[in-house]
Amino acid sequence: MSTATGKNFFEAASGWKSWLFTLDHKRIGLMYLAAVCIAFGLGGLFALLLRLELLTPTQLLFSAKQYNQLFTLHGAVMVFLFIIPSIPASLGNFFLPIQLGAKDVAFPRLNLASFHIYIFGALFCLYSIFAGAIDTGWTFYTPYSTQSDTSVISMTLGAFILGFSSILTGVNFIATIHKMRPKGMTWFRLPLFLWAMYATSVIQVLATPVLGITLFLMILEVSLGIGIFDPALGGDPVLFQHFFWFYSHPAVYIMILPAMGIMSELVTTFCRKNIFGYSFVAYSSIAIAIISFLVWGHHLFVSGQSEYATMLFSLLTFLVAIPSAIKVFNWLVTMYKGSISFDTPFLYFLSFMFLFSIGGLTGVFLGTLSIDVHLHDTYFVVAHFHYVMMGGTVMAFLGGLHYWWPKMVGKMYSEFWGRISCLLVFIGFNSVFFVQFIMGSKGMPRRYYNYLDQFQPLHAFSTFGTWILGLGFIIMAVYLLKSLKSGEKAPDNPWGGLTLEWKTTSPPPLENFETVPEITHDPYDYEKAGL
Amino acid sequence: MTAETQSLVSKGTFLLPESASTLSSNVDSLFYFLFWGSVVIFVGMLLVGIWFAYKYKRTPQNQEASEQMIHNTALEVSWTVIPLIIVMIIFAWGYKDYLRLTVVPPYAKEIRVTGKKWLWEFEYAKEGVKLLNEIVVPVNTPVRLVMTSEDVIHSFFVPNFRIKRDVLPNRYTRIWFEATEVGDYQVFCTEYCGDGHSNMLATLKVVSESEYTEWLAAGNSNDDLPLDELGKKLYTSKACNTCHSTDGSSMTGPTWKGLYNSNRTMADGSTAKADDNYLRESIVNPAAKIVAGYPPVMPTYAGLLSDREIAGLIEFIKGVK
Amino acid sequence: MSNAAPVVEHHVAHHFDTAEQEFETAKLGMWVFLAQEVLFFSAIFVAYIVFRHLHPEMFLEASHHLSWKLGALNTVFLITSSFTMVMGVRSAQVNERSASIKYLIATLILAGAFMVVKYIEYSEKFHHGYLPGKFFFGEGSHETLHLFYGLYFAATGLHGLHVLIGMGLILWLIIRSLRGEFYSDYYTPVEMVGLYWHLVDLIWIFLFPLLYLVG
Repeated sequence: MSTATGKNFFEAASGWKSWLFTLDHKRIGLMYLAAVCIAFGLGGLFALLLRLELLTPTQLLFSAKQYNQLFTLHGAVMVFLFIIPSIPASLGNFFLPIQLGAKDVAFPRLNLASFHIYIFGALFCLYSIFAGAIDTGWTFYTPYSTQSDTSVISMTLGAFILGFSSILTGVNFIATIHKMRPKGMTWFRLPLFLWAMYATSVIQVLATPVLGITLFLMILEVSLGIGIFDPALGGDPVLFQHFFWFYSHPAVYIMILPAMGIMSELVTTFCRKNIFGYSFVAYSSIAIAIISFLVWGHHLFVSGQSEYATMLFSLLTFLVAIPSAIKVFNWLVTMYKGSISFDTPFLYFLSFMFLFSIGGLTGVFLGTLSIDVHLHDTYFVVAHFHYVMMGGTVMAFLGGLHYWWPKMVGKMYSEFWGRISCLLVFIGFNSVFFVQFIMGSKGMPRRYYNYLDQFQPLHAFSTFGTWILGLGFIIMAVYLLKSLKSGEKAPDNPWGGLTLEWKTTSPPPLENFETVPEITHDPYDYEKAGL
Repeated sequence: MTAETQSLVSKGTFLLPESASTLSSNVDSLFYFLFWGSVVIFVGMLLVGIWFAYKYKRTPQNQEASEQMIHNTALEVSWTVIPLIIVMIIFAWGYKDYLRLTVVPPYAKEIRVTGKKWLWEFEYAKEGVKLLNEIVVPVNTPVRLVMTSEDVIHSFFVPNFRIKRDVLPNRYTRIWFEATEVGDYQVFCTEYCGDGHSNMLATLKVVSESEYTEWLAAGNSNDDLPLDELGKKLYTSKACNTCHSTDGSSMTGPTWKGLYNSNRTMADGSTAKADDNYLRESIVNPAAKIVAGYPPVMPTYAGLLSDREIAGLIEFIKGVK
Repeated sequence: MSNAAPVVEHHVAHHFDTAEQEFETAKLGMWVFLAQEVLFFSAIFVAYIVFRHLHPEMFLEASHHLSWKLGALNTVFLITSSFTMVMGVRSAQVNERSASIKYLIATLILAGAFMVVKYIEYSEKFHHGYLPGKFFFGEGSHETLHLFYGLYFAATGLHGLHVLIGMGLILWLIIRSLRGEFYSDYYTPVEMVGLYWHLVDLIWIFLFPLLYLVG
């Protein structure tokens, strides 16, 4: 299907100004995509370096302070510059209006502002890396952070600014989904990716401001010594932890919900099957969003908070696990009696299923009070969150990237190299992180520059894994970029998907559709659609 | 980095270190329940997934889904209710054990702990003993640690006992244990606290009751070691190595290589020769002279090292060329 | 009732089907944004509650150094300005352009008066040393007075910043009104700024008793 004018959105305008000052959500999405991929590369570089240092039990290349800066920057860059914006700002921006059947998001200028704010915040963070790089850990716990002589203020300001970008994107998406659905697109005909984006946006809007004010108060603490977090001045350092985690726990659901949305898209398309339990999957996204605000204290089990609070938080933490587990079951059963094609996007779906299940199950260990006492602040926690954030979100992000790549850029990438890369990433990831569960349960604390000799074999194995992982990503960057130049031209619907984006050209025209298709059936209704 | 404590990795089970306290085996039981439960669930799902992937592969004969199953009430209800029941059981079990780990028995022997960047001080208030990076307790006796920090948040972790608690400034937190096996156990600081975080280790020595009484009476001295060997031992056990190298590399503090009798330039421009008196003063009153280019962060060891121990360190430093 | 200058026609943005959809969407967006603002201030309120619970007498003493009369005056200014704002929106809605502009100017003046009183209060505080954190040198029998003042300056400072931003937005509305851009079929920006302004007022209504009327 070619467009009436023959022009796709790339051809609609040219020159750098047409990108930097665009109002087209698709261009904004692609610019975000480039930015988050660069951030991922930077965060990944820090990871490679810090794991390199950990090859030996004592100093290898870096001083203790430099090592501490490396793990702090790895965390801060990955959390604030990469993973929080990753799916919503790139794939979300590009596909939310299209899957909805709209011409753009509700507030295109606000969308552009979000992007500019992101860049501005990113520059602050980059500046802080070079101006006395912060060494407090990405969690900035007081009083260490308020006493550190490193660039705490500039990094905190950077994160504060980035928060605005996140909030405004959330406002935009909520308004879009509520108000810009065409005729026939009822709530229960929305693709599950959109339910996920909606739930994510609710969290972004309600949780991020709390981080904002926390960082603001921290900046006041460092510069003016207001004293609310510093015990020497009468303040309470555990209060900081409460404020910080009140945002940062919902934040991890900002990270995983969009990924879960992508999972629903991938399983339906590549199994040619309607999703099992649509309403449940949709409602569970909202349930997860709500419950996510009630469990922050599970990061404070050994912090000295009251036993009563500790008990409540543990109970609630188990409750939030249930909807996530059920979604995984739903996806698994969706495969039943389907027609399954193992293209690269689906390989990422399978990777997520495997890795996120491990991440989720190990979360149960950490939610269990007596067990958490032993495992808190050890490598077990590091392994757990990498399994859910990388084994979960990043795998889904890569799956979505490969799924929607032909639609976005109009070219196919090499399926062969796609599979190789996925395999390397999968193997590399497990090599790095699986042994970290064992290190943790054996007592290896996290954020350790030096460690006891007896842990060296496990550490070395983990480090070797990072090189396999890195290779997988390098290959991916190469074949994806190559496809832009010399990839096969992509058809409108290379995978046989049913959602609206597959009913327009690859790449789409400027207004997304020549004419908005009529919505007459559920998003994954393969029977009705007669495919 | 070596430890004189028993190995966490090579002793114990594949996943956990040796269990050496009254409650650690309880914790382990729940841990293994979770572990095997997870294995069963995970392998189950994996096999189902592999089966589906194999059986429903897309082939020319299998181009469309053979059945668009989108609901199965029995399945959906069971996989909601059963996990819910299981996690509630896990919650209750974990909470019960947690209370036992946290609620300190009133008759426990009390030892005060102070964490500061980057060492642990242990004080036996009643007995008047003060130890650095080392704590000695009798076996089969409940011990309560009352902990505070002098600066930032630290955390006291003994893997072999499965206990951990944050150590906060301006407040006391408590932790308790009853050791069941004689031995030397590793203590870690496990809340990131700066450059020396990974060197903030201590040894928890569990001895028999009679040995404990003897040790208390003897005043815990190392009188039998020659001075320079004593100094060498103290260099690591008192964590001087956290900030001072012996190979010339610059760490938080100046290197001890070639230190003795060298000429030092202070931050305020004055000079001094690093003789015995200078070294002694640096140990008991480090703030008096700060070498140019180094931060004034060294804690004082006055009262934490005996005169003989200070002499031992000085002898050791003399030999580091 | 009628307007002298010609009206500037508003064009519905290309991605909306109707003007009504555009208006409804803008309203929803603004309400969601305001929800976020509430959460932003909420952490300061929580910090206030925590420290007041820990140091009730210190809070009592600290609050007495604040002038409740000035605080009350400011409250009157803001509440009145909310009223004039509402009237400004309403006038735009019924095509009474000059009335709308007058009301917006009144709102701006009242907001300005608020800021002047704040300036007076802040200077008096600086003069007597009631400063946040490590700069505190004021008199008082409690050691932790600086905690109250830290929260006071953080809360009123942030609020004041929001008032300034609001004043900028109102000025922008006045300029656009003078150009004839708002009329009964399109007054969305006026309504949006109105909603924002009411929130700024509401936050002050919570801050005033908590900071000025302790005990």
